Amino acid sequence: MDLRYTSEELAFRDEVRQFLKDKLPADIRQKLIDGEHMDKDDLVTWSRILNEKGWAVPHWPTEYGGTGWDPMRQYIYLEETQKWPAPQPLAFGVNMVGPVIYTFGNAAQKAHYLPRIANLDDWWCQGFSEPGAGSDLASLKTKAVRDGDHYIVNGQKTWTTLAQYADWIFCLVRTDPDAKKQSGISFLLIDMKTPGIEVRPIVTIDGGREINEVFLTDVKVPVENLVGEENKGWDYAKFLLGNERINIARVGMSKQRLARIRELAAKEMSSGRPLIEDERFREKLASVEIDLKALELTQLRVVAADAKRGNTGKPDPASSILKIKGSEIQQATTHLLMQVMGPHAMPFHSGDMDGSNELPIEPDYAATAAPGYFNFRKVSIYGGSNEIQKNIIAKAVLGL
Amino acid sequence: MDFDLSDEQSMLKDSLDRLLKDSYGFEQRKKYMADPAGFSAEMWNAYAEMGLMALPFSEEDGGLDGTPVETMIVMESLGRALALEPYFATVILGGGALKAAASADQRAELVPQIAEGSLKLALAHTERNSRYDLHHVETKAMKDGDHWRLTGQKSVVLHGEAADKIIVVARTAGDVRDENGIGLFLVDSSAEGLTRRGYPTQDGSRAAELSLDNVPAEALGDPANGLPALQKTIDGAIAALSAESIGVMSAMQELTVDYLKVRKQFGVAIGAFQVLQHKAVDMFVAIEQARSITLYATMMAGSDDATARAQAMHAAKAEIGRGGRVCGENAIQLHGGVGMTMEYAVGHYFKRMTMIDTQFGDADFHLRALARGQGLFKAA
Repeated sequence: MDLRYTSEELAFRDEVRQFLKDKLPADIRQKLIDGEHMDKDDLVTWSRILNEKGWAVPHWPTEYGGTGWDPMRQYIYLEETQKWPAPQPLAFGVNMVGPVIYTFGNAAQKAHYLPRIANLDDWWCQGFSEPGAGSDLASLKTKAVRDGDHYIVNGQKTWTTLAQYADWIFCLVRTDPDAKKQSGISFLLIDMKTPGIEVRPIVTIDGGREINEVFLTDVKVPVENLVGEENKGWDYAKFLLGNERINIARVGMSKQRLARIRELAAKEMSSGRPLIEDERFREKLASVEIDLKALELTQLRVVAADAKRGNTGKPDPASSILKIKGSEIQQATTHLLMQVMGPHAMPFHSGDMDGSNELPIEPDYAATAAPGYFNFRKVSIYGGSNEIQKNIIAKAVLGL
Repeated sequence: MDFDLSDEQSMLKDSLDRLLKDSYGFEQRKKYMADPAGFSAEMWNAYAEMGLMALPFSEEDGGLDGTPVETMIVMESLGRALALEPYFATVILGGGALKAAASADQRAELVPQIAEGSLKLALAHTERNSRYDLHHVETKAMKDGDHWRLTGQKSVVLHGEAADKIIVVARTAGDVRDENGIGLFLVDSSAEGLTRRGYPTQDGSRAAELSLDNVPAEALGDPANGLPALQKTIDGAIAALSAESIGVMSAMQELTVDYLKVRKQFGVAIGAFQVLQHKAVDMFVAIEQARSITLYATMMAGSDDATARAQAMHAAKAEIGRGGRVCGENAIQLHGGVGMTMEYAVGHYFKRMTMIDTQFGDADFHLRALARGQGLFKAA
């Protein structure tokens, strides 16, 4: 047992740091520090820089453009990009549909889609949830009926993040209405420009417009857009949801937010002195730091176990712990960041949302604090709510 | 980074677990507890034969050169068995103080005796008003020729009655709460002027009150500047207690999950109820986080950077304190009435876990201490 990074790993970490310092445009980094949303252009710009370096899809097999890094290097890379901070790649392509395509897709699908995902030529969104299918995802009703060389898709998807930018959507659709609910589902790739698709924004409580409803009416999808076998889509979806172990806890992001909290708490005054000198505040900060330090080690244990046995791609109940604690910590830190602003968390900066050029209300760094807190209530809901994660642990680990 | 045990470490763990499985059942433990000493002399000798006592000492002192990882392995296993023997008092506290403060000659004399199991130690640092502050020392040490004489009172000295020698923290200079002027002294248990009053503790172990009236003593290290050595000793003890806690919590978890599977109400095993499942998962998550922070404490226990080491121990003890409580209280709740009974094991684990929080600083104490520092994460 040796819990230190090796000298090679430390050298790799320095290489990543230097790359970020040299290559990430300063304005993009500043937006992230200020807690602002990334524009499509920001993410495309950064993805292309990464792709040129060969780092756009580090965890993919090398034949599809991966770097061949072991899990520990993948983790170091993620941690450094999150701490710097740099934009995180568009998960729907890089972490979700990409691995499904290279694991279950055919040769033509791999050749066509994978390079376009790595270069962010195609912006992907995820068509899983439906109004009646949230935690009980397998009860989804969107139908795909075979008609010659096409499927005709009808239904509604919801909570579709960044669908407004999307070129493609990967969807779970019901292809066998008579089968038991998990067995009749297929995994379809659908071009968002196909007639019959309508995207309607859903405004979230933070005022943000990340998520959408997607309506599909008689959408014609070529049969070659089916991934793997018909009616096996549920297996691919489970693979996709359980595939995420290295980044699910978002340790690097929480570290970056804690650093931001310390920085701003030194500027904000409380009882005539900087808030950072307030004992009660420091204790709350310390409390989250302890949790985060423990989570970092939990994450590293999972990464090291992956490195040892090779990533099987099978769902691992450990990811459920990472999800639960990771989301709790993200929520605790966004709450602390809002508390730092005190009364200045109040103003609703609608200008930021609409792209207007009005002068911000001072202090401008307070603008995203409350919206950030509101927005991050999502992290214990999406990707399998924390209660669903507890069900998974109870069943898979405890045998209850 | 490597989280796996080496072959030697795995063998250590396996052989100790086997010994404890065979000899430390719940009923056997009751018998050991009934011994006037409060533990089993036979088990004590078995540990010595296995080399556990020699483990953390350097080879030149007569030890086996074990690292904090070996200590972690041993303490977790002892925790799982709720072992009563004074291993922690002798090897971790007493031995830790010897390693941190004693001269080479003193170590050469004492460590081989510890290694063979013939010397039991205790560390007397707590006083009636010190609470968890190591620098709060009222007991006085006065120079007497080559030796020292100690006068004062010590509280909650773990296994103070069983110890052959006691390491006593006493003040050679300065005011009660000065950080300077604190020394570590070795006192023979038969020394004139030493009175010991032993008593059972809440967790089935034993401790003692000491009264010292002009007791002859030998200094360990610099009698004017012993606080850093004491802090280092306690930091090692916190890492060891964290490891013990993992054993205690894991055992509670297993007992609880087993119970949820067999106990039936409303015609089904109560583990079928989601509200109970989620409480069991809360325990599981608390243990995994505690295990992680214990690894961190273990990694830092050998560090010579006193500030970083202390920060790690603050984090570990706080996490163990609060996670242990989540785990223990849920374990009792999920057992229902049977968890309240002396006849059933889970309550004994709960009591041990609860008492661990009262030793060397509870969760609040360490959270406050950590909050005073610069944080666990360096800025990027």
